[in-house]
Amino acid sequence: MSTHDNTPAVVDQTTHDRFPNPGMPPHRPRRADVDERASRRAALQVVIFFTLSALGSIAFLVAYYVIDPELKGTIIGIGEINLFHAALGVTMAMSLLGIGLGAVHWAKTLMPDEEVAEDRHPPAASDEDKAAVAQQLSHGWRSSQLNRRTAILGSAGGALGLFALPLIVPVAAGLGPRPRGELYRTHWQDGLRLMIDPSGAPIRAADVTQGSVFHVMPEGWVGHQAFEEHGAEEAMISKSKDQVILVRLDPSIIKSQKQRDWGVDGIVAYSKVCTHVGCPVALYEQNTHHLLCPCHQSTFDMTDDCKVIFGPAKRPLPQLPITVDDEGYLVAADDFREPVGPSFFERERPGLLMGDDA
Amino acid sequence: MSTTRHVPQGADGVRTDGPVVDEAPPPAYSPDQASRDAKFPGVLGPVDERTGLVKAMRFGLGKVFPDHWSFLLGEIAMYSMVICLITGTFLTFWFVPSMGHITYDGSYVPLKGVGMSEAYASTLDISFEVKGGLLMRQLHHWAALFFIVGLALHAARVFFTGAFRKPRELNWVIGVVLALLAIIEGFAGYSLPDDLLSGTGIRAMNGFMMSAPVIGTWMTFFIFGGEFPGEAIIPRLFIAHVLLLPAILVGLFVAHISLVVIHKHTQFPGPGRTDGNVVGFPVMPVYAAKAGGFFFVVFGVTALVSALVQINPVWVFGPYDPSQVTAGSQPDFYMWFSDGALRLLPGFLEFTLFDTVWSMNIFLGSLLLLPLVFIIMGVYPFIEAWVTGDRREHHLLQRPRNAPVRTAIGLAAISMYLVLSLATINDILAIKLQLSINDITIILRTAFFVLPVIVFFVVKRLCLSLQRHDREKVLHGRETGRIVRTPEGRFFEVHEPLDEYERWHLVNHETPTPLALTDGAERDVHGVRRPAALAGGLRRSLSNFFYKDSIPAVTPAELAAAHHHGEHEALDTPGAAAAIGQHGEAVSDIPGAPVSGHVEDENVGAVRDS
Repeated sequence: MSTHDNTPAVVDQTTHDRFPNPGMPPHRPRRADVDERASRRAALQVVIFFTLSALGSIAFLVAYYVIDPELKGTIIGIGEINLFHAALGVTMAMSLLGIGLGAVHWAKTLMPDEEVAEDRHPPAASDEDKAAVAQQLSHGWRSSQLNRRTAILGSAGGALGLFALPLIVPVAAGLGPRPRGELYRTHWQDGLRLMIDPSGAPIRAADVTQGSVFHVMPEGWVGHQAFEEHGAEEAMISKSKDQVILVRLDPSIIKSQKQRDWGVDGIVAYSKVCTHVGCPVALYEQNTHHLLCPCHQSTFDMTDDCKVIFGPAKRPLPQLPITVDDEGYLVAADDFREPVGPSFFERERPGLLMGDDA
Repeated sequence: MSTTRHVPQGADGVRTDGPVVDEAPPPAYSPDQASRDAKFPGVLGPVDERTGLVKAMRFGLGKVFPDHWSFLLGEIAMYSMVICLITGTFLTFWFVPSMGHITYDGSYVPLKGVGMSEAYASTLDISFEVKGGLLMRQLHHWAALFFIVGLALHAARVFFTGAFRKPRELNWVIGVVLALLAIIEGFAGYSLPDDLLSGTGIRAMNGFMMSAPVIGTWMTFFIFGGEFPGEAIIPRLFIAHVLLLPAILVGLFVAHISLVVIHKHTQFPGPGRTDGNVVGFPVMPVYAAKAGGFFFVVFGVTALVSALVQINPVWVFGPYDPSQVTAGSQPDFYMWFSDGALRLLPGFLEFTLFDTVWSMNIFLGSLLLLPLVFIIMGVYPFIEAWVTGDRREHHLLQRPRNAPVRTAIGLAAISMYLVLSLATINDILAIKLQLSINDITIILRTAFFVLPVIVFFVVKRLCLSLQRHDREKVLHGRETGRIVRTPEGRFFEVHEPLDEYERWHLVNHETPTPLALTDGAERDVHGVRRPAALAGGLRRSLSNFFYKDSIPAVTPAELAAAHHHGEHEALDTPGAAAAIGQHGEAVSDIPGAPVSGHVEDENVGAVRDS
């Protein structure tokens, strides 16, 4: 190492006067080093630990075959617990801790405790090594004629730069379909009845009393039926974006005219997917008419078009326009008029994803 | 004072004034070192001729590792990772990484007949049908948590003792990458069972990805194989969790350990320890027994915890349903800071630019925060080296108090991290403490900016005070609690001087000065500013920030001067103390009353403590 590297950029110039390193302190023997009985006792303790370990291993096997896996019991301080599971875990712990504690105790009491010093060597190579490597590199460079044959250099660089693409591109491009219009649509459409989830019953407007709350899915997308008719994948997508919360409010406390117009006599339907990161906005506080998302506590005011009044979400929950059909049941008047769920880059510009279809 | 008064660590039982061993008689019982050494085992010969094994053994068996409890933290992380690999392999025999929809028909009655993914059903099977499967699941989850706890504490140890300095910067960077990957690995792992809680986590992850400017929507669709939830994410997370990430983790881990072998382990300063040596125990037999034994201790403790403390009871949560969520949904603790950041970031950070949506309220706390934290950690050693101008190799660790500004920066950063983590449980805090969740959120938003400043100043002052205390101890000795009354009726407490070994612990460190004091002039001889002056100016002010307040270690001259005042002789012979007392100097039993040595000490501190 050159002296330059070793020159401290910052040292205290005022204190050349320093204490010298006193060197290794004299060794102090342990009790087991000087007392035969202590050393025998330590050896016995080590043997006990190892024996306990062996017993633990055997006990594990016994427990595995003998105890009923369904056996439950109460352990003080823990409560009800599966005793089979507890027995396996405790015997395994005994088997492992016996070895561990035995070995450490052995090392600390009986093995030498005199510290030894080993010299360090800087990782950097000697000047001779550096010169040799420099020579190897430049010799290799010249003998392979890379210094003269720039065409080889360029073409090899190009080949190496491109060869991975045939491997990477199909993997990356095949991962998923590109996004198109999916995020702008849900399964709601004009005339679809609002069904109570999970019972699947349609909702008569007259039956919705003030203050009642329903978790609602579109007709045909409720419960087992949805899985059977549309397949699990589509049914799960439906669950994740069609979910709606339906509430009847006193029309006089609704602050927004649009909210009143899109509802039926104070019955309003809002997307239940949080506009933050998409959790279901599941907590409805009846006194304040606030909706709270349990994931990150975004709070929406149901009386004011579900605007955000606290928390990390920015946009109000989208409202589903509803009306009443001939039989008096609540039906959707349309799909949501904006994308539901978390924000995304192209949200306000569908053309970026959908091209001319937008 | 006899030199044998100093006792190395671990021998406290033998210390004290008992009838023990000061004379160190020839051991009554000695380990059997007298018998002849064994011959080279012939069996190894053929192997050695084909592999060169013996040279490696000679190198490995004699290697010396220093002892300190804090060096075990990294071992905890390492062993927990091994436990995860073992138990994880077990789990793969039964886990089915599929989102295919089936109807549960296992032995857990409450979920019979419920539709769920195969991933969730197979997790239930591991818990209820496979004998010992629940224990393996518990071991795997607990070991993963211990892995990340061990890793975080190990990183803190390395940071606060300056072990990241040259030549170990690269290994620090590897460690930082390991930490980030460990967190991602943990997230991928607890997402696999596809229960309601972990599914909610994946839903949030989907939201994070969507928030990425420009590429977010595409990226999300490619990773999820289409719209959320799709049927691709669990199989993909599975292969990342059991193959890709473990392979990278193990590879980086091997590099991490190899560099430790190449550099040799750092050591705390102490008598006989220098930057040029490493003092400790050789692998054969002591370190092998201690480290090998510690693996079993870590494994055993993990088994005990797994036996008795339930974690992630997925059967309670039920299968994932995107339209349901439970109150109090929290991720595992290592994701708390990110989830907490999402709870604190206000919604107004989302804005629209040319009709494109920029959700900074989400992006900052998730996709940006996670790498940002680790990038800052990764570059810290290089920034500190640049600021301090220190390009030397360091193998001796620093006590945190001897690097006050670094310690304060580290704890300020940790306080920010803790505020974010605490924000993750703002709903639970609100319920338990009967407070408004809005108030808690606002307080934490404020604390994120205010607390680190307070912590910085408090910690820095504490470090400086501890350094002053060290000086005090070197100059005036240890307080013994023994009160002596002189014939004149004066009282004083006997101070016991330190021996040279104890003293060395308190005086070995350097006291660096800011670059401004040692660097060249800002202008050259013609009075023209040097081109590098701007960067140099920044560097000097940072260096000043880093080093301006410091308490220099006691020098022999200072100690001699303190002795010269006569206090210490006084302590040994009460008569002399009386004499000094008559001179009106050096002895005082009144708290806070100036004693000459103390006064001088304060001044020394004040010189540099501006």
